Order: sequence, then structure tokens, then C-alpha cells
Amino acid sequence: MELIGIIIVAIFVNNVVFSQFLGICPFLGVSKKVDTAIGMGIAVMFVLTIATIVTYLIHKGILEPFNLEYLQTISFILVIASLVQMVEIVLKKTSPALYEALGVFLPLITTNCVILGVAILVIQKDFNLLESVIYAVSTAIGYAIAIIIFSSIREQLALTKVPKSMQGIPIALITAGIIAMAFMGFSGIDQVFN
Amino acid sequence: MNKNLKVLFNGVIKENPIFVLLLGMCPTLATTSSAINGMSMGLATMFVLICSNAVISMLKNVIPDMVRIPAFIVIIATFVTVIEMLMNAYVPALAESLGIFLPLIVVNCLVLGRAESFAAKNSVISSIFDGIGMGLGFTLSLTLLGSVRELLGTGTIFSLNIFPEEYGSLLFVLAPGAFIVLGYLISIFNSLQRKRQTN
Repeated sequence: MELIGIIIVAIFVNNVVFSQFLGICPFLGVSKKVDTAIGMGIAVMFVLTIATIVTYLIHKGILEPFNLEYLQTISFILVIASLVQMVEIVLKKTSPALYEALGVFLPLITTNCVILGVAILVIQKDFNLLESVIYAVSTAIGYAIAIIIFSSIREQLALTKVPKSMQGIPIALITAGIIAMAFMGFSGIDQVFN
Repeated sequence: MNKNLKVLFNGVIKENPIFVLLLGMCPTLATTSSAINGMSMGLATMFVLICSNAVISMLKNVIPDMVRIPAFIVIIATFVTVIEMLMNAYVPALAESLGIFLPLIVVNCLVLGRAESFAAKNSVISSIFDGIGMGLGFTLSLTLLGSVRELLGTGTIFSLNIFPEEYGSLLFVLAPGAFIVLGYLISIFNSLQRKRQTN
């Protein structure tokens, strides 16, 4: 029951984009087409899961036993940056098809604050390894849902007549605000699981 | 000196990081629920920007081109850790309300972007001025966004009462308000810019 609670809360109630404001740059940047949005969503899910496991193990295995918690930020960002590089190299060798699909998005992911954000949040929330993985996967699902909904609306917006000063980012932000309002409707569901 | 002043104003208006370059959107939206939060986030980022710009431009001839990005990230992460520890020690309440976005300054594209596009090519002094200018632009925009949200949401600016709290709409303090207010502010900025260009 508790695990289901984590999933529902991470996807809908505390959606990464619409209530935690993580990963806004790629959310605005690669959401002009549904196809690229789906690619970005999958790439985030892939990297986020691996990165959370690795940073969790590093924190519990190295930083905590040696009282080096203050190195958290530095070590996590280095691990994530090199991990993304490694994933890119491994994918290129082992699965060229997947690399073709995700390749463009991988370098962008290093500066996506979802990855570092979730790695730190998992430590702050004091999750165990299983809970961390589930939290990471459902956060990524929440991100994918958000970016896919947003990109399909933006495809429509591109055909709509918009006042000159509102074109592009401003109208996209206001749209995101309205979607966020819709997502606020989910708040309170988490009470069921407590 | 004149050139440095130009660099300074470049960051505040012409290349304003939020309204023109659209960099660092996550902290912009997340930490501006009140004017004071927005301003302190801006100042923390400004500190990191100035220090990392200075150190990176000092070391630009030493760092090999191949490992330039990881080296920049380590330098930035060091200063982020410094400001994180300082804020936790001296202003714990503020650090608490900024929460996870304090360590996330590391992945703020603005900081790495300036390191890569300005500090790695220019002298120490003008890099520091660029850091101040960009930091000021960022801080002013965050403060503006925070003030507007706080005013519309609770009728106060910097906790100063402007109109009764019951007249405010809490929506603007919550998540949707962040997106909507920023959208409107950018469109106002755009139309002002266009007016200035046509004149």
C-alpha cells in the first residue's frame, strides 16, 4: 500500500514539472513536437532510474560511513555527468537503434535538474533502495506524462493565432500554468494512503 | 572601464537571463512564491556566478579543452557547496524554504552557460563584471516575479501590507501562478522591447 502511495503521489499529486518545478528547461525546449517529447520522456526514465540507484549506493556506501555528506552535491553531479557519458557510449555499442532514438537527448539530460533533484530528494526523504527506485521510475513517468500532454497542446498552439507579444514561450508558460491548475485537482488523493 | 560597464548592463537588460535568454527556469518558477525568497535565491546564484566566473577565467589557460566541462562543473559545485553551508549556518530558515533548489544551483544552465560562453574567453576583471551583471539581472527578475506573485496572492510585498489578504488569490502563490505570472511578465517585456526597437 505504501509503495502504491509513493507511485500515485510522484506521478500525479507532486508531479515533477507542475508542482515541483524540476526539469523546466527541457520541458520548454523539446516540447514542440509529440515525437521528441516521447523520446525525451523515455530518455529521462532510463537515466533517472540508473542514476538514482548509483547515487543512492554511493551515498549509503561511501559518503555516510566516512561522514562526507557535505560532498554530496559535488560527487552526485560528477557521477551523473559521467554516467550519462557512459550510457551514451554503451548504447552506441550495444543497441544502435535505441541510440538513434535517444542519442540527441542524452547530452541534454546532464543539465536536467530532475536527475540531481531526485537523487537528493531520495536521500532527504530517507527512502530505502526499493522505494528509491520506485520513486525514480514514477517521477520519470510523471515527467513523461507532463511533457507529452504539453507537447500535444503546443502542436495545436502552433496553428493558433496568438497576440504578437505572447507568441512562443509566454503562451506556452500560460498553457503550462493551466495544466498545473488541472493537476492541482489531484491533491488530497495522497491522504487515502496515509 | 567603459567596456566593463557595458558588460554589466548587458546582463541586466539586453541579455536578461530570464526574460531574454530564458535560462535557469526551474529556480525561477520554484522559489518565487514570495519576494524575499526570490531575492535570496537570486543573491545565492549571483554569488556562485561571480566566484565561478572569476576562478574559471583565471584557470582558462590551465584547463585542457577536452575536460573543460567537467572541470567547470567541479568549480561551480564547490562554490554551491560553500553557499549551501553558509546559508545553513547563518540563515537556516531561508535555506529551509529554498530547500532542494539551493544544491540545484549546480545544474542552473545560467551558471554553466556564462562559464562556457564568457568566462572561458575573457579576462578575470570583465568575467567578474559579467557575473555581477548576469547575477543582478537574475536577482532583479526573480525579485520582480516574487513581488508580483506575493502581491496578487496575499496582498503583500516583502511582507509589507498593500491590500487586505482576503482580496488576494492564493492561486498565484501556488504552482500554476508561477507559470502564468512568468508568461505575462515575459510578454510584457517582449512588447516593451519591440516598442523600443521601433522607436
